[in-house]
Amino acid sequence: MLKLFALLAALCMCASADATESYGMPKLDIGKGGQCVEEPQWMRKNHMKVLFQQRDETVHQGIRDGKYSLKNCIECHASLRDNSVIGRADSFCEGCHRYEAVKIDCFECHSSKRSSALVQKEH
Amino acid sequence: MTSHSPLRFKNRIYYSLVAAGGLVVLMGLYAAHMMEEHGHIITGMNNQIVWGIPHVFAIFLIVTASGVLNVSSIGSVFNKPAYKARAPLAGLLSIAMLAGGLTVLMLDLGRPDRIIVAMTHFNPTSVFAWNIFLYSGMFAAVAFYLWTMMEKRMNPWSKPAGLLVFVWRFVLTTGTGVIFSFLVARQAYGTAILPPMFIVMSFAWGMAVFHVVQAAIYEWNGKLLDAYVQKRMKNLMGIFVIATLYFVAAYHLTNLYFARQAEFERFILFDGGVYPLVFWVGYFLFGNLIPLLLIYHPALGKSKCILFASLLIILGGFSLLYVFIIGGQAFPLSIFPGYEVSSSFGDGAIGLYRPSMPEIMLGMGAVGVSFLITAIGIRMLDFVPHEIPKSR
Amino acid sequence: MSDTNVQRRQFLKTSVGAAAVAIAPGMLLFDMAHGKSDPVSSKVRWGMLIDTANCADGCNDCVTACNKENGLSGGLSPTDSQWMRKVELKDMRSGRTLALPMMCQHCEEPPCVDVCPTGASFKRADGIVLVDKHLCIGCRYCMMACPYKARSFVHEPLHDQKPDVPRGRGTVESCTMCVHRVDKGQQPACAEACPNKSILFGNLNDPESEISKKIRTVQSTQIRADLGLNTGIRYQGI
Repeated sequence: MLKLFALLAALCMCASADATESYGMPKLDIGKGGQCVEEPQWMRKNHMKVLFQQRDETVHQGIRDGKYSLKNCIECHASLRDNSVIGRADSFCEGCHRYEAVKIDCFECHSSKRSSALVQKEH
Repeated sequence: MTSHSPLRFKNRIYYSLVAAGGLVVLMGLYAAHMMEEHGHIITGMNNQIVWGIPHVFAIFLIVTASGVLNVSSIGSVFNKPAYKARAPLAGLLSIAMLAGGLTVLMLDLGRPDRIIVAMTHFNPTSVFAWNIFLYSGMFAAVAFYLWTMMEKRMNPWSKPAGLLVFVWRFVLTTGTGVIFSFLVARQAYGTAILPPMFIVMSFAWGMAVFHVVQAAIYEWNGKLLDAYVQKRMKNLMGIFVIATLYFVAAYHLTNLYFARQAEFERFILFDGGVYPLVFWVGYFLFGNLIPLLLIYHPALGKSKCILFASLLIILGGFSLLYVFIIGGQAFPLSIFPGYEVSSSFGDGAIGLYRPSMPEIMLGMGAVGVSFLITAIGIRMLDFVPHEIPKSR
Repeated sequence: MSDTNVQRRQFLKTSVGAAAVAIAPGMLLFDMAHGKSDPVSSKVRWGMLIDTANCADGCNDCVTACNKENGLSGGLSPTDSQWMRKVELKDMRSGRTLALPMMCQHCEEPPCVDVCPTGASFKRADGIVLVDKHLCIGCRYCMMACPYKARSFVHEPLHDQKPDVPRGRGTVESCTMCVHRVDKGQQPACAEACPNKSILFGNLNDPESEISKKIRTVQSTQIRADLGLNTGIRYQGI
């Protein structure tokens, strides 16, 4: 019984910690970082929406210069160590998605590497 | 205590059967998991044979799910009491096989995790998209039909519900045949004979499956099937088998008449290796000649013979679909008529296909799903036919 | 301070502001201008004219370029993707031989698009037939329907894809006419790589384009023209 109470208490703490956004938040390697296309807090909430919209415009209408492109995200936010946004606990995309327990379905098909780095490697 | 033991023994058999069915389903799910983990590389399918054993199982189960309802249609739409008593069982079998077939079809997808996309994005020109609607509608229609039959207050609705199911399954089997009819460029497909052929095939296979299940239930309960009913049903099954053979013959004879199709027919009927073998031995001999003999020979036609004939018809069905689906893809696409072609991508070459263990397990898993639903359904609800006295 | 001074300052302020407003979007556009921002239109129909007479025996440069551009392994097993392949032809009666590159024919009436249950197979307004892999569930019905065997199914998990060419396990893919290059105003990789310049890429809807002019003057064929699909890829010398 005591254990059950302890567990409940711990759960409550987790929930309240979530609200203040401080407890256990992953420390992310934000890569180059710098000025994002939108407010970081807004991006945290809405990045998937704008990415989806942009992706449909790009795939179906050939509009390739929108500012919300996945390539742009990776260009700034890939780690400076391994040029990737996934693969490590503190990788920009994976770190947060692991924390939130949301599956990323992007990088099975899309490259997770900074494309300028790939170009340099090729030449 | 002693008087209870046979019942207890029977119970044990029942639970072990259900457990065995469950195990087969688990194996199928494991295979699906492996396919998702490693990709379709672990199946025998490739870029030439894009649909394999899972599709043979799926199409057999879906077509038969529609055909088995023939038993209930004859009861409710054509008012034959002997069939009416069997309508609930036919409905249950239909739902069970449809569920099995759809399971394997879904788990074989390259991205089964995206099944929700198939529900939310609809391409109106695609017969596959229509089928998603037809298959799920079929579940609802049959479930409603069962309700009208098994709930006394709903009985008056049973006839219109039966009519709805009757129409729906015609459209559904047509939709399944049309999947192949709409393939303009493939020699084996792209002909309007396929939808009616699929409908007649569904009748024959549906009757066969119904016979097998009915025989098992009667044996289990120590009941004896009425000889009159038996005779009526076996004769009907015989007619459907002959009708299927007629359609298959018409399909191949038409092809043989066209010079551009002669090469394909030679492949599928004579020198294509395993495909002619499966066609002539599996389908023609075991799926037609022997069952017809068992059904119509005056000295035969007893219940054991009918059971055996039904099992052979099912085997014949699988053989026919194997040749139709896989043999049809193995023959090279004619992209440049009049030319001998070769390339690194299998142009002009017979496609190679060896079914692998995971895909066979997946297909068997679908049969397991159908078995489980049937076995549990019969136990839970009153699906066993109640014989109405012959005088009616 | 005099009135004129105040007015002058005011004027300066407003004009600088106006200039900033005028220039800012331009600057922004300049900043992002790596591709174009208008949706593709049906005024353009991209196509190719392939001169089989110039297609050298044993040359595989277009296929190699395609594999490199799109990050394909180049493997030749039946489960490997081949967006483009060289087909050797021999006329059964005359014995005449020829070779040609074969890929997605970018039909005007593509069967793959008709049969796709989710609409993942689609034709862009400019005639390029593509697979939206976000929608593809991997049913392979399009592979059954394609008269040209142009499509491949990704049988294994992939790694290190090209940033411009996303590809992944469990989805169907085919020649994209190098849509990522075309959108940047470049030619498809195969057309650029052909040493004999026998792949001519251009806009079939523009009567003044090189490809349109050539199609008007030389005899060209669509493969399986009997199917009435009106392919975007035409061949000379079949």
